Amino acid sequence: MAVIRDMISGFELFQPTAVDDAIELLSRYGDDGWVLSGGLDSFDWFKDRIKKPTAVVDLANVEELKGVRISSDGVEIGAMTTITEVSKHPHLLENYSILAQAAGHIATPQIRNRGTLGGNLSQDTRCWYYRSGWPCYRAGGNVCYAGTPTSMNREHCITGASRCVAVNPSDSAPALIALGAQFVIRGPRGEKIVEAQDYFMSPAVDIQRMTVLKADELLTSIRIPATWSGTDFYYEKMEDRKAWDFALVSVASAIKINGGVIEDARLAVNGIAPFPVRLEVVESFIKGKEPTDELGMAAGQLSLSTINAQPLRHNGFKLPLMRNLVRRSIRGTEG
Amino acid sequence: MELWRKLANPWGQEVLIGISWDLMWAALVFGLGFVAVHFVWARAKANGTSGSDHSESNSSKGWNLPVKVLRHAISERVFHWLMSAAMIVLLVTAFFPIVGVQFAWVEIHWIAGLVLAVTILYHIIQATVWQNFWAMWIDKDDIKAGKLELNNILSKDEEEAPKAGKYPVDHKLFHHAASVAGLLAIATGLLMMLRIDTWFGPADPDRFFSDAQWGVVYVLHGLGGVGLITLVITHIYFAVRPDKWWITKSMFFGWITRDDYLKHHDPERWVVGKKEAPGQEEGGAGPADSRLTHGEGNRAT
Repeated sequence: MAVIRDMISGFELFQPTAVDDAIELLSRYGDDGWVLSGGLDSFDWFKDRIKKPTAVVDLANVEELKGVRISSDGVEIGAMTTITEVSKHPHLLENYSILAQAAGHIATPQIRNRGTLGGNLSQDTRCWYYRSGWPCYRAGGNVCYAGTPTSMNREHCITGASRCVAVNPSDSAPALIALGAQFVIRGPRGEKIVEAQDYFMSPAVDIQRMTVLKADELLTSIRIPATWSGTDFYYEKMEDRKAWDFALVSVASAIKINGGVIEDARLAVNGIAPFPVRLEVVESFIKGKEPTDELGMAAGQLSLSTINAQPLRHNGFKLPLMRNLVRRSIRGTEG
Repeated sequence: MELWRKLANPWGQEVLIGISWDLMWAALVFGLGFVAVHFVWARAKANGTSGSDHSESNSSKGWNLPVKVLRHAISERVFHWLMSAAMIVLLVTAFFPIVGVQFAWVEIHWIAGLVLAVTILYHIIQATVWQNFWAMWIDKDDIKAGKLELNNILSKDEEEAPKAGKYPVDHKLFHHAASVAGLLAIATGLLMMLRIDTWFGPADPDRFFSDAQWGVVYVLHGLGGVGLITLVITHIYFAVRPDKWWITKSMFFGWITRDDYLKHHDPERWVVGKKEAPGQEEGGAGPADSRLTHGEGNRAT
């Protein structure tokens, strides 16, 4: 692991109060700029002196990026809303409990108090070879140190790899995919909206980015449609310890049941690929069927075949783990 | 402008990662610059000359020639267009993501590279076994023709260069430059396939080389790639020029006309007809030899 040196390289700090000002700053500095939200990912990079931006744009004073706004169409959550607020917001707890539950599983209370929803979604991968400053593909080099037979790759991906085998670490991402959320992105060219699953970048497309955000763009808010409000949700995160850990595998499902059969469903898994994976084949498979344990078992098996799993030397355990989490997410109970 | 990208490896040693992308822009600018300069020069030259006499009767004296001369057999044309398609796909998948056009390029890139490697292998075998391998070799006549053409470009002299064999000297030079760049990119590209999951097996990135040595492989691959940017630009430019259209057409249809053959080629160096016996009628082909005839390439030197 990297040695924390506790001495951050110098940079120019900007604290804009409006999104447009922040975007102007990011446009000015381009790849030399850095967006600071909660700082929980950023300060690790800075203290390790692996990332040395020229300018840091701190979004803490941009009020329009904060808070939960409720409308008849659903809910819009500002990207700078803290994870604690998301996990404890009454409207979210009542209507979109899967998101509140996922947010409640993130790290520790202190981190949740400081960390933001946008930051949790946009954070960099936790592959220790990459985080240690080694010249891997993701760092601009031409090696994946985690993918070799002798690598420490227990936490790495079982599918979706393209040279890089790191996984996406976000706990809130699968919940938002299951809720059919849309992410609002603003940049100098205006505003664009992407589906939650399309926000995350495959290394096959760009190996140096985790999301579609460009250097001069900001994730401003997350819109959750009312479509899935109050339906049956399931969220489970498997981790090595009960707090302050990243998911080995996590699953989120939103299932509408009508007359005892599944009318509609959305399922997403994280911790298995460099991006959260939506299981559309499984969703189609379970529609029109009763949510029994047998269906869950079949769906779990199907999920494995649909992802074309290629486990690394030390992470084969993720296959049965994912299969069982998908099974539980359909059955609706743990254990 | 930087030439290389370097990073520190886990042991703190600075190792090569690949070429600087500045070289990609340099290759693009050089290629487009060459096209612009040549275009202006060719226009100026066209305005200043009245054209030379290429009367058929003189050139074809003593030769019994067909109306259509086969320049590229169907197998050569299929090879050319397959190779071209693979090359374009390779350049697009290699360089478009760098300039911001993002898509999942890796798999398309190595598959196109494999297609290119197979077509080149086929071409090498065909040229060695079934064709005149030396037809593409630069001989004394080519050097003389090249010197005269260069002299004509650099001065106002209009001394006519000797006519070419099957392949003019500039074509031969292009072929050899493309061969070097292409073979460099293919050889290093095949090695680099070891570093990714392919149909042939999972990635085995530590095979053969250390990280510093792999850096050299990446640099050579990059140099081959950017070299091909310039070469492909100039090749397409000449292919679409009206005065070269007769050659381009032959890559579609296979043949050139007897007039173009006589205008641009030396029947002694690219033999496609039969020498008439003394006393026979002179002055070109008669109706009897209007068949498509395939030449024999340059004479061996």
